[in-house]
Amino acid sequence: MTEFIQKLREDKVGLIGLIGVLIVIVLALLAPLIAPYAPDEMHTEQVMHSPSSEFLFGTDEFGRDIFSRIVYGAQVSLQVGLIAVGIGATFGLIFGLLAGFYQGKLDSIIMRIMDIFFAFPDILLALTIIAVLGPSLTNTMVAIGIVFTPVFTRLIRSAVLTVKENEYILNAKAVGVSNIKIILKHITPNVMAPFIVQITLALSGAILTEAALSFLGLGVQPPNPSWGVMLNESRAYMEFAPWMTIFPVAAIIITIFCFNLLGDSLRDLLDPKLRQ
Amino acid sequence: MSHRAVVLEVKNLKKHFPIKGGVFKTTQGHVKAVNGISFSIKENETFSIVGESGCGKSTAGRTILRLLEPTEGEVWFNGENLYDINKKEFRKRRKDFQLIFQDPYSSLNPRMNVKELLIEPLLTHQMCPKKEAVQRAGEMIEKVGLSKKQLEKYPHEFSGGQRQRISIARALIVHPKLVILDEAVSALDVSVQSQILNLLIDLQEEFNLTYIFISHDLNVVKHLSDRVGVMYLGQMMELAETDELYDYPLHPYTRALLSAIPSLSTTEKKERIILKGDVPDPSNPPSGCPFRLRCPHAHERCVKENPIFQEAKEGHWVACHLYDEQDETII
Repeated sequence: MTEFIQKLREDKVGLIGLIGVLIVIVLALLAPLIAPYAPDEMHTEQVMHSPSSEFLFGTDEFGRDIFSRIVYGAQVSLQVGLIAVGIGATFGLIFGLLAGFYQGKLDSIIMRIMDIFFAFPDILLALTIIAVLGPSLTNTMVAIGIVFTPVFTRLIRSAVLTVKENEYILNAKAVGVSNIKIILKHITPNVMAPFIVQITLALSGAILTEAALSFLGLGVQPPNPSWGVMLNESRAYMEFAPWMTIFPVAAIIITIFCFNLLGDSLRDLLDPKLRQ
Repeated sequence: MSHRAVVLEVKNLKKHFPIKGGVFKTTQGHVKAVNGISFSIKENETFSIVGESGCGKSTAGRTILRLLEPTEGEVWFNGENLYDINKKEFRKRRKDFQLIFQDPYSSLNPRMNVKELLIEPLLTHQMCPKKEAVQRAGEMIEKVGLSKKQLEKYPHEFSGGQRQRISIARALIVHPKLVILDEAVSALDVSVQSQILNLLIDLQEEFNLTYIFISHDLNVVKHLSDRVGVMYLGQMMELAETDELYDYPLHPYTRALLSAIPSLSTTEKKERIILKGDVPDPSNPPSGCPFRLRCPHAHERCVKENPIFQEAKEGHWVACHLYDEQDETII
């Protein structure tokens, strides 16, 4: 672990990503302390006020402080990201381990179902699921979780197939270790590296998908502050109040960018082939 | 040696792997990796199986331990046929049989430290509580020539020889009766090989172990084993006590193999028998004797009939038509 931190410290790009991700986390956790106003507090005399010392990023059409809404929006983004990826990663891990370890019929059934999910574009699949479940924050997370499950399943399955070829799996079998223990103690720890990398990359994907769904009006519902919702609301006023668009977009781009930087450098760090 | 009790008896063991092909993945043939071998092993004995790569010796070892399910045959151990025991029950029996692998780099889980590797077999078979298991791991690691301090280290911190010592400790900690060593020293360099071999010999005495030693290295086999079986293309060609086999080989294949051992002697000029051709494809073996295509003594009968594995002298078994009629003038 210390070696790992040491390596990350040498990797400047990864460090930038890590710092960016940490900033987003801090913003989300300490939102009430950092944001000067409540996210739904309306300043009716200062509607669509341009950025100033009073309103750092300006105000929107209801006179709400955009900076405060972006800070609170980080909460929504992270919450959706973590829970949605949590759902996708958990199911993906379980299905992937089962498919890869037992192979045969179980593998065929699981992977053909995943192929069906893969056949739809992410956003379309998420839209369909939400259309069925109804638009809400919880359903957004569930939908994104389902969309991400096949990605994790396929990744874990292929990792399991590689790990299974190692003699220590046969060794464990020869010792008499049960299949479940082999999966938990011998296979799972050895597929963690690609799994963790995929989680970081999926987090950015989930945040982006949430923003897109919210923008389309199917994700987080107004007046809750979500970067996607803010973008949607700014559409009509883009020419008069560009700050309403620019800042949420910047928040999305920078967050995604940092998560991706972190994911890429984690991949390099955790890949044993690239280690030396 | 004959007074020792038989521990393990293998009868007509076969392992055929189906070859799947075509659009519908139908079985289009079989690789006959192990094609009807029989032998028995006595208590506290080292029995070696030698042969070229691809002759099925590793498959035989793994099939005996049911890491691969047999196509046909019986393996008798302590009065019961191992293949009659159901899988769940057999898992509990695994503590009696252990396998040591060739490659010490891939046979130890890189994410487990030595302590975890050593206590896992004990805990799996519920042989003792964890605290005692750790203590026994400490004793075992010293027996194989490493120190207790190294229990917290991970496999990548050790050299190949040290890793093989850890593998040995992991296999022996449950006090098995039979240990199959599948090319256990082939991946090590020569100086380390002899250390590990001596360790194995010492441990065999201490724990009263029976070894099946699978190898292609004839010198190592000679040094270590009581009896040797020679395999070719999934079949046992010759089986005898080590000195008998090395001094008076009967089968033309064994003779060719033994003549390939480099000799340091300058006075004694050995006849070098060089075999023609390659090992035939095990999915499509020749008719009759599997060795006939490369055999300098092949005759008509070898094409038609697969020779029976039978006792030519006391304790010396061979599968060759040259010894059928007890007519040794042919050679």
